[in-house]
Amino acid sequence: MSTATPAAEASHGHGHHAHVDDKLALLKKVHTFSTDHKVIGVQFLITTLLMLLVGGALALGVRWQLAFPWESMPFFGELFAQQGGQISPEYYTMLFTMHATVMIFLVIIPVLAGAFGNFLIPLMIGADDMAFPLLNALSYWFMWPAIACFGMSFMFGGGPAAGWTSYPVLSAIQQAAPGSGMAQTMWLMGVTFVGVSSMMGSVNYMTTIINMRAPGMTLFRMPLTIWGMFITAILQAFALPVLTAAGFMLLFERTLGFTFFIPGGLVVNNADPTVGGGQPLLWQHLFWFYSHPAVYIMLLPAMGMVSDMMACMARKPIFGYKPMVYSMSAIAGLGFIVWGHHMFTSGMNPALGMTFMVSTMMIALPSAVKTFNWIGTMWGGRLEFNTVMLNSIAFVSMFVVGGLSGIFMAAVPVDIYIHDTYFIVAHFHYVLFGATLFGVFGAIHFWFPKMFGRRMNETVGKWHFFLTFIGFNGTFFPMHLLGVAGMPRRYADPYLHPYLEHLLPMNQFMTICAILMGFAQILLLGNFLISIFAGKECDDNPWHANGLEWSAPSPPPHGNFPSVPIVYRGPYEYSDPAQPEGKDFWMQTEPPPTSS
Amino acid sequence: MKRFWCAFFMFWPIVAVILCWIAPGQNWWFPRGPSGTGAAMSPLGERIDDLFYMILMITSVTFVGTQVALGYVLFTGARRSDTSHDAEGAEKTWFTHGSHNLEVMWSIVPAAVLLFIALYQMEVWAEYRVKDKFPEEVRKGPQAEVTARQFEWRIRYPGLDENGNPLELMPDPQPTDLYTVNDLHLTSGEPVMIWLRSEDVQHSFFLPELRVKQDAVPGLVIPVWFEATKSTEYSLLCAELCGWGHYKMKARLVAEREEDRLVWLQELQAAQNDDGVPDAGDASDDE
Repeated sequence: MSTATPAAEASHGHGHHAHVDDKLALLKKVHTFSTDHKVIGVQFLITTLLMLLVGGALALGVRWQLAFPWESMPFFGELFAQQGGQISPEYYTMLFTMHATVMIFLVIIPVLAGAFGNFLIPLMIGADDMAFPLLNALSYWFMWPAIACFGMSFMFGGGPAAGWTSYPVLSAIQQAAPGSGMAQTMWLMGVTFVGVSSMMGSVNYMTTIINMRAPGMTLFRMPLTIWGMFITAILQAFALPVLTAAGFMLLFERTLGFTFFIPGGLVVNNADPTVGGGQPLLWQHLFWFYSHPAVYIMLLPAMGMVSDMMACMARKPIFGYKPMVYSMSAIAGLGFIVWGHHMFTSGMNPALGMTFMVSTMMIALPSAVKTFNWIGTMWGGRLEFNTVMLNSIAFVSMFVVGGLSGIFMAAVPVDIYIHDTYFIVAHFHYVLFGATLFGVFGAIHFWFPKMFGRRMNETVGKWHFFLTFIGFNGTFFPMHLLGVAGMPRRYADPYLHPYLEHLLPMNQFMTICAILMGFAQILLLGNFLISIFAGKECDDNPWHANGLEWSAPSPPPHGNFPSVPIVYRGPYEYSDPAQPEGKDFWMQTEPPPTSS
Repeated sequence: MKRFWCAFFMFWPIVAVILCWIAPGQNWWFPRGPSGTGAAMSPLGERIDDLFYMILMITSVTFVGTQVALGYVLFTGARRSDTSHDAEGAEKTWFTHGSHNLEVMWSIVPAAVLLFIALYQMEVWAEYRVKDKFPEEVRKGPQAEVTARQFEWRIRYPGLDENGNPLELMPDPQPTDLYTVNDLHLTSGEPVMIWLRSEDVQHSFFLPELRVKQDAVPGLVIPVWFEATKSTEYSLLCAELCGWGHYKMKARLVAEREEDRLVWLQELQAAQNDDGVPDAGDASDDE
């Protein structure tokens, strides 16, 4: 069986430009309906990086208003085209709604599962592609109707304005908010498309990981990235249907006159009183039943990737591999029974508050175990302080903050006060940006050579890290203080309330940091784009890493491996004294000395 | 450069700790409110603050400990990488796959601490929300009904009888009821209860100085009790996104002695019953 043929064909087909063309093989197919998992991964990556800019711009709009309320916003103000660039309160609600929507549904979830999941799963387990390549391609292309729906929602009265949580009654009744008309319907359709896309990916990942591992790749020889992706796929498969169902219920409520969430007798904005016997809390339960596991969907793959990068850059095995796996599983399992902690002040039965508090406290435990194991992994290692490592360390350092601030809001009485204040905003940005996005930045630098056969520029990478890290902490750390000071979320003008007036200078400082951070992303994007064509060329295993993906050519041809790889050991055998050649890495595919 | 990055990762937690340390002095902490100190203005609020500080202490110790450990592994790891792994006399990388004892230790200790935090919080939560645990004083009924709507707080008080004593607040509006908007007057120095409702979308009844927050849910009547220790004005605002004007649901809670409140209610009743037509007997009042 000539599994090497595709690679050979590819280089023959491109004649004397073969060398250059090979490196751009994935990029050249990026506009096509390719069923190659690597092309789909790159498609996801480029799409999500673009969406990161969109989501970031929306966030800057929010930050502008908080720092300079009602003042015309330079440059972006023209785009808002309302009252001479001034952000109106209606527009403000749309800005934060769409910032969260874009960042969650179009950046974080697809960049982890879509981009890296796609690119890495077959390569890291030694498969030639996903189990269902066509389904895989569809999963990418279903992102575009979602993007279209979210984009079009801006055209109907300015965009959905009920927050990304879209609590009915606000989101269910057309008269409740300027964006609650067609825009909200488009938003719900967008979420449905994203859900379909995720579900197709999830089924595919589970099947691929269970069925298509290379010989010798036992479950406990899988890299933690694969474990992260696997557990995430399971989470998605079981949580997403609930959100999809809830979304359809809300859609039917809005368009067909069903009443699931709207109680009778409400008079919203002088419209006729509502008829029906719905219950708004039902949405919150359904929504958070998905959206709390979704927080882990947005975290677990990054945890896995950081583990891989960290072991490689510390030249040391993962400290406590199995506890890492069990912790991720525990996070996933507990993740299904903690959703009520978003609803402590919602008016649900207080007894539920107690049970959800205990389960939420307990979910901090596996997170703590993981943190200790990451530090243990670096402990006694030979650390390389490159961009990959810096971002990975940042992941751990920031995750500690995000994890610890979570304990405050898990404690119900304390949550009474800090709920819906900026403390919450600080917390989830430390987890989703501080942890996940730094992990993603590291992963981009780490696996870029495998995608394009070149490295990204280290100096630019470090500057990007430096500025992002400073900007990030400058923006989000003070939010804890704002929260303690009682500044509520989603306020277009908090300074209307006398006890918040003195917080304006702090908000201005945070906005300046946010702008700095926003501009720093140009470095990442520029580095990414230029390095594709002009980055330093490198061999197939530039980091001296152990994983299967590094035994494939860069970029891997269609079918990935010249022949089916055989796995002899786990992926973290760095600095093993038993390594026969004295190398500080021992690839998973290298046969042990006895068999050679 | 390696040392720079080690120092860089240690620099920011130091800044974070200093920032939190100086925050109360800079008025970046709990709203100073009428007390001027930032202390909660209700007994239950004080206990919430105590719980907050307890968690702050535990998390601070964990934070500092974790960052110090991180700093240690970074600096020693940087030193090790000064020499290549195969160089003569190079410090060896520690080849280990983990430690069972350590895993057990750092699972059990945090588990115990977290469980302790959770159980320790139960009592305050129960007193705040579980009806059977509500204080005796509030069982006689609510002093007012607060109905949130876009974008204001409508407040309904029971009217006064002939002797100037408040009637009982009925679930449904009565002809004798008295109304205000964005102006909630309640008795200070004793636990009081309100009924919380919403007329349109979700809102949240937030009294930052008293550490009270409760969502107003359309279709539900939610009893909320609290006690303002001092007779003064407090901020009342909305904490659940309720539409474009969410930020401007600004109101006040006036906590006052019961006798002052009754006087105020009488004035309110007089103003509300005043039909603008001068009575023959009241002619002199109109001058």
